[in-house]
Amino acid sequence: MDENIVTIKDLHIGYRTFGGHVKVLNGVNLYVKPGEKVSIVGETGCGKTTTVKAILRILARQAVVTGGEIIFKGEQVLKMNKSQLQHLRGTGVSMIFQDPTSSLNPVFTIGQQMSAVIRYSGHAGATKSKIQEELAIKALQETAMPDPERILQSYPFQLSGGMRQRVSIAMALSTPREMVIADEPTTNLDVTIQDQVLRILKQRVEEKNTSLILITHSLGVARETTDRIYVMYAGNMVETAPTTELFREQYHPYTRALVDCIPRLSGGGVAEGIGGRIPNYLDPPPGCRFAPRCPKAFDRCWQEKPEYVNVGSSHQVACFLYDQSTGDE
Amino acid sequence: MKRLIKRLASYILVLFGLSILVFIIGRVLPGDPARQALGPRAPEATVEALKKEMNLDKPIVVQYGLWLKDAVQGDLGNSLLSRRPVTQDIIQYLPATIEIVILAGILMAVGGILLGILATKYSHTWFDGFVRVLSYLGIVAPAFVWAIIFILVFGYSLPILPTTGRLSLGIAPPPTITRMFTADYLLSGNFAGFKDAFMHLILPAISLMLGGMAQAARMTRTTMMDNSDKDYVLANKAYGVSENRTLFKYLLKPSMIPTVSVLAVDIAALFGNAFLVEQLFNYPGLSRYGMQAMLNKDLFAISGVVITLGIIVMVVNIIVDLIVTYLDPRVRLMGGSE
Ligand SMILES: Nc1ncnc2c1ncn2[C@@H]1O[C@H](COP(=O)(O)OP(=O)(O)O)[C@@H](O)[C@H]1O
Ligand SMILES: [Mg+2]
Repeated sequence: MDENIVTIKDLHIGYRTFGGHVKVLNGVNLYVKPGEKVSIVGETGCGKTTTVKAILRILARQAVVTGGEIIFKGEQVLKMNKSQLQHLRGTGVSMIFQDPTSSLNPVFTIGQQMSAVIRYSGHAGATKSKIQEELAIKALQETAMPDPERILQSYPFQLSGGMRQRVSIAMALSTPREMVIADEPTTNLDVTIQDQVLRILKQRVEEKNTSLILITHSLGVARETTDRIYVMYAGNMVETAPTTELFREQYHPYTRALVDCIPRLSGGGVAEGIGGRIPNYLDPPPGCRFAPRCPKAFDRCWQEKPEYVNVGSSHQVACFLYDQSTGDE
Repeated sequence: MKRLIKRLASYILVLFGLSILVFIIGRVLPGDPARQALGPRAPEATVEALKKEMNLDKPIVVQYGLWLKDAVQGDLGNSLLSRRPVTQDIIQYLPATIEIVILAGILMAVGGILLGILATKYSHTWFDGFVRVLSYLGIVAPAFVWAIIFILVFGYSLPILPTTGRLSLGIAPPPTITRMFTADYLLSGNFAGFKDAFMHLILPAISLMLGGMAQAARMTRTTMMDNSDKDYVLANKAYGVSENRTLFKYLLKPSMIPTVSVLAVDIAALFGNAFLVEQLFNYPGLSRYGMQAMLNKDLFAISGVVITLGIIVMVVNIIVDLIVTYLDPRVRLMGGSE
């Protein structure tokens, strides 16, 4: 029996576009243990959002899952029917979106929106407006919001970006959850309040012993908030390790490049240290998708896709530099 | 509140301008209204007398001043055709038009929004395509074309709905209360009469509203589809909020503002389209009265009708403004506090 909250195995997802079928996720593997905080770090466009949206089955209409499985507490998410999905979304996993301007409905009050979320949580008495209000106020207080009653009466445009994102956190944790997904929750916020929002998020999931998947393109944010890090590149998790270990030792050339560019103030994109860009998903490289940018690529990298190899306890890397098997057995 | 008063002031200004425009056009165009009203055989002296009575012998600025002075006191002059005060004619004919327009407006708004919602819910299915074709038809064919089609179909091949007048032969009109027959029958407890009057409204109302309904449906679908990609809709889904609740509440409300604005224009257009439609259905409403007035150069009647329609459009706009204010808290809370 699998004791993970969520396990993703060899997930392949593409999108139908005008130009053809883009193959985005190329066999993603990921797991999250109860109470564990993990982050997914990678450049924009590498498939982070696609991965987590798949967990909640809220992918865009054009998305096609072409292989793999997602297991939430022993259940196959990709095979869930409507009522199982409803249960997963109402009580299992909640999500905080990147942009608090667009993730809150502009024409309903915070109170109305929080009530709607609580109503569908399956929590005892969740359809009673009195209980909805109590839970909402409690959740807002827990995110250190001043004057929660007033916040409930407010519309999103009356709140600052940081407050809106705290409302989103309160919403995501207004009723108990097994896991919270936060998709770049601070990217669109003023730098001065990013830390505060992250701290509140971290504190809240720790208090409730809720698992967390934090998506970020900043290794610094990942380091401060999470226990374990996934490094994602072009639709693959190329390396994962506990946070301290990953900063001590990086195996994948991409991870190394990422870590190398931390001290620099971000002048350009991540991994500026290596030239080139994310491959075209219409026609990605057949072997390792990082090969075209990799300083150490050799023949095998162009032909085969590397699988995870263990390089330490809970430290895995998908790179042929560390793969002793020949691959043709 | 302040916004409303500002709006009101600008509407009144527009109304004022409109009255000047109509006044000038009516008097600059060739043709002698007095002669036209009295017929070719009337003696010159009689025609001159009528002209004098209508102030047509005075400079146009003076004419307008005299008209305006009376108009603000509720006297719009006499009609050359009916030989009665124009206000009396309007009181008689307007309620008939209002009846049709109210029915058309309700059908247009409810039908358009509902079709738009369903086209969103079943987007990219045959139903969506069906609504699309319906919309194109509604937009392409003007109201009078529908009126002609309906008159042909229901007047000859399928006589289940009346195609002429306000009441069937042999039905006594209701007591005069609001002068809207359906309302007056209801108020006097005559349900058979109500049914007959209502049946007479259906075809004119539908011919009038199809174009607007089509536009409202398209607009609703487009805005809802745009908004359905927004994160707040996705968030609703992610939280397990039911699909219909999201559609009819959380997606509908923020998507309604453009539709409401389109509907406002369309409701005003209902009155415009009514000119031909009332004529075709031989329905004694204000638009048909206005049409007769124009054809006969009945100057005061023309001004009266135009001013009345102007006031109605103004009222519709104010109502729409209030609805938008309700729908958009930004307008309500920011616009109101300034
Ligand atoms: N609805 C969609 N239709 C087509 N392509 C999409 C869609 N959503 C995402 N993609 C593509 O999938 C890739 C990964 O996107 P995403 O998962 O959002 O990455 P990330 O969150 O890491 O920035 C991008 O190249 C993007 O263009
Ligand atoms: Mg993203």
